[in-house]
Parts: sequence; C-alpha cells; structure tokens
Amino acid sequence: MARLAAGLSPRSAALLGALFAVLVAAPFIINDYLLTVLIIILYFAYAGQAWNIMMGFAGQLSLGHAIYLGLAGYVAATLYVLLGVGPWLGLLAAIPICAACGAIIGFLAFRFGVAGVYFAILTIAFAEFARIGFDNWKFVNASSGLFLPVKQYAHNDLWRLRGDPTMFYYVILAATALLFMLCHLLLRSRMGYFWLAIREDEQAARATGIDTFRYKMYAVMISAAVTSFAGVFYAFFYNNLFPEQVFSISRSIEIILGPVIGGVGTLFGPILGAFVLTGLAEALNSAMTALGIDLPGATQVFYGICLLLVVAGLPDGVWPPLARRLGVGGSKK
Amino acid sequence: MPFDVYLNVAVGGILTGLVYGLMALGLSVIFGVVRVVNFAHGEMMTIAMFIAVVAFSAFHLDPLIMLIPIAAVLFALGYALQTGVINPFVTRPEHAQFLLMVALAIIISNALLIMFGPDARSVQTAYAFDSYQIGALIIDASKLYAGAAAIVFTAALFAFFRLMLLGKAIRACADNHTGAQVVGLDVKRLYALTFGIGAACVGAAGVMLTLIVDTTPLIGPSYTLLAFVIVITGGLGSLPGALLGGLLIGLTEALAGLTFSPSLKSMFAFAILVLVLLFRPQGILGRRLS
Repeated sequence: MARLAAGLSPRSAALLGALFAVLVAAPFIINDYLLTVLIIILYFAYAGQAWNIMMGFAGQLSLGHAIYLGLAGYVAATLYVLLGVGPWLGLLAAIPICAACGAIIGFLAFRFGVAGVYFAILTIAFAEFARIGFDNWKFVNASSGLFLPVKQYAHNDLWRLRGDPTMFYYVILAATALLFMLCHLLLRSRMGYFWLAIREDEQAARATGIDTFRYKMYAVMISAAVTSFAGVFYAFFYNNLFPEQVFSISRSIEIILGPVIGGVGTLFGPILGAFVLTGLAEALNSAMTALGIDLPGATQVFYGICLLLVVAGLPDGVWPPLARRLGVGGSKK
Repeated sequence: MPFDVYLNVAVGGILTGLVYGLMALGLSVIFGVVRVVNFAHGEMMTIAMFIAVVAFSAFHLDPLIMLIPIAAVLFALGYALQTGVINPFVTRPEHAQFLLMVALAIIISNALLIMFGPDARSVQTAYAFDSYQIGALIIDASKLYAGAAAIVFTAALFAFFRLMLLGKAIRACADNHTGAQVVGLDVKRLYALTFGIGAACVGAAGVMLTLIVDTTPLIGPSYTLLAFVIVITGGLGSLPGALLGGLLIGLTEALAGLTFSPSLKSMFAFAILVLVLLFRPQGILGRRLS
C-alpha cells in the first residue's frame, strides 16, 4: 500500500478517489443504456492500458493486439461451451496462452532485430494469420462463429459471468482499477525504469548494461497476459465470437485510439482517452439516431478525425496538458 | 489435378502479381524517398477503384481508357496530402507518422462507405469473359490487359527515375536529404511530387484491379497489408524488389488458392512475410539495413 501511494500527490490521490467513488456510485444513478456505454468505455480503458505497457512504457508499437483479445476470448468461450468450465478458470488458461503467444512474437522479432515499423507489421501479420486460421478451423465453428448460451438469469452468477449489466460493470471497473494500480507499480519498479530507458534510447539503454532483449520480452508478455482478461470479458459480455471481427485489424486499432488520444505512456491517458472517444462517439450516435440519420461508418470517420487532430495538434495526447491544468503534474510518467 | 490447370492458374497469378507489383511500387517509392510509411495505401487505391467503377457505370468508360486520367487524379491527391497534411510529420517519430496514416485510412474507407454503401461493385466489360488460348494455356483477357498495362506503367516509372532530371533529383533526395538541400533542390516540392507519383502508381493499379476483383469500400486495409507484405518481401525502398515481391505473392496466392482453399491464400502471403522478416529483414533485393 505504501508503494502504491508513493509518487502520488495528495491532490491526484484525491481526484482519483473522487473519480472512483463516482464510478462506483454510477449504477445507482444512470439508466441501463448509459451503464452499457460506461462498460464499453471501461473495456477500452482496460485494453488501452494493457497495450500501453508495451508501447507507452517500453516503446514497442504493437498493431496486432487483437490476437491476444481473440485468443483469450476463444480459449475461455471454448472451455465454457464444450466443458462448462467457468470464465475465471478459462482466464487462468488464457493468460499463459496469450503470454506464450506474445513471447513467440517477441522472441522472433527481438532476436532477429525486427524493430519499429517492421515490428508493427509483424504484429499485424500474426493477428491476420490467427484471423484466417480461426476462420477455417472447424473445431471452433470456423467463420460461422462461436456463441455462448444466452438465457434469462434470475440472479447474477459472478462465477460464470452470467448476469445483468450492473454485474459486468463492476467486474470491468474492478479490473480497470486493478490494472491502473499494477501499471502504477510497474512504472515505479526497476523494470519500469528499464522500460523507459529502452523507450527513450535503446542503444543507450544497452550501453548502460540493461538486458534490452529480456525487458522487451517481459513488456510483450505482461501486456499480452493482461490483455487476455479484456478478451475473455468481451466474449462473455457480447456472447459471440467471429474470427472476422475479433482478430480484425480494426479491433487492434480501436483499442490503441484511447491511449493515443489520452496520452501514450501516461497512466491516466488510456482512461481519459476511452472516456473522450467513446463518450463523443456515443453522443454522435445518439444525435444521429435522434435526427433519423443512418450512416454506417460515420462513427469511424469521427474516430479518424479525432485521431488526426490529436496526432497533429497534441503529440503527447490530451492528458499531459490537462494534468498541468489540474495541478497534478504533467510529467510523462 | 492435371499440369495444365496449374500452369493456367500460375500464369493468372503472375499477371495479377504484376498489378500487385505496381501497387507495391507506389508504397516503395514513397517510403524510399519521403521515409513515411503510407498506411493508407490500400485506401487510396480504393478511391481510384471507385472512380473507375463509377466512370464505367455512369459513362461506360472502359477502365483501360480511364487509367491515365485516374492516375492523374490520384497524383493530385497525393501531392495535396503531402503538402497539406504529411509534410510536418516527416521529422516526427515513426509511430506518429504511422498513426497519422491510420487516421487518414480510417477516414477514407469510411467516407467511401458512407458515399457508396457496403455493396460490392464490379466492372462488366465486353471482354470480361474473353480469353486467349495458346496451346494448353488459357489466359483471361482482363488479366492479360491488366498485366500488360502494369508493365507499361512500371516501365515508364523506371524510365522516369533513370532518365529524366526530375527523377534523378528525387533519387538524390532519397540518397542524401541534406546533400540535396545543399545543391539547391526544393526538397519539400520533390517530396510532394514523390508522394503524388506513389499515389498515381497505386491509382493505376487500382483501376486495373477493377477488371479482376470486385470493389467494396472496406477492401482497403487488406490491400494495404498486401502492399506491405510485397514491399517487405522484395525489400523496402527497392523498386525491382517491389515488382519481384508482387510476382512472388501473386503466384503464391494463386497456387495456394488452387491447392488448398481460396480463403487460405493470404495466410501463405503472411507466412512468406514472417519468413522474410526473420531471415532476411531487408528483403530479397533490399539493401542491408544500417
């Protein structure tokens, strides 16, 4: 607990506590629609935070995180549908599988000096590989998709992750809070400082004696492992999995928009980015529905414009300038 | 399966590969000179494909006639994009450029979706079902014309870079950015020209692809990836490498589609990419990375 509080000013602790309190109280105040929006926001905040470990902390750009989301979702859903194994045990199986998958990609890339843009494209290639593979794999129903049984549940079954939005909301809220704390601890750990050194200048980091290969591997594996929860959650929240969707490149891009807009490498950036992006997109959707306009793709154009404006105008994201405004320090940590 | 089936499919794959090669050439030219990875490459191609499809359905203009005009439109688009949006990013970190292009890609493909809807469109030319027969070999007329046009376009591009002063100036920019500025080249304008040329290549390739495949607003990402696979396989920045990569991937896709299943064909392209990245990261004809 003491380590958790270290490096957190009273002001930022108070603001974080207030935000958390509001989020905990939210289900009592808002309706089911807004609650679902909040679930999606927190899902993106969680997944963005997980991606941020690799790119924001260690400087390795992954554009194929859908592979971890998809693998984890498929592992947990298959275990549930075929053997009746609950999602939490499924998650225990998914974590090592995703970490191993990350380790394979990382090993191949880092061992052979594949870096930068080439690394990003390698990650896409693996995700596409998985997409086509699952699309043709009869065992998991190939392209016709895997469905979880949906029934009316009299009460919430947390163990099987079957229930109403309120239960899902608290699950993803707890996970997002835990991941936030984990990232906070990681950043202040020895490994966290090594990652920052690698991100800023890999050559220099190696020259000071950091085993860059090993720490980049840790970054990929930890990022993949924590991403797996988002995959399992997604599968059980939406109750269906299509390879075409879960492994698609747009899924990978979707989860990185939050941290990019909020601020890559910051702790609060992914959360803020998810709120800003999903909040605005939902507002746009509601406005269009109210006006009777049906334009598939409009939300995506909106995402694109947001991304364009942020990348061009606020290279560090929205959070660092906002943090300075709030007086909670704007350092890129 | 009899040998001549394989031969026919292989020839078809090579002809498609020529068009792929031209598409990848655009990407390679842009990366080789401007050093920006054009992640919106496939989406720019989709714009060209839609212009060709609309020109055909509205005015019955054959894609082969529209080749040069559409390439010119894409040139203008590329030129404007580079001067208006991308130029400030030339000195920014790689991932910032990447995300900028991702943003453009998302905007282009979804704007096309809003304008044209999700349905697949195709060009039904009079020669769509014609073919030429040489012995046991049967060649689709559409693929033959597309491949031939790709060869002509590529040859013109090589001549431009080798023979014309402007082409040499662009190569000078690619070789030594500071040196090019010192001898008085307007590097910004040359960058814009290069991006325009790259866009024209992919535009021309897109027009020819309308003869071979259906056009939908959301095919962009898969062709962007395909262009990357080809360019990395052949060697990023190497023009002959892009062509060779295109032929190789076109041939692989065709044979994999025949031997296994068409839905598995791009898996083989990605397998080649992974192998190349691991064992020869600079690509088959690429220069050693520093």
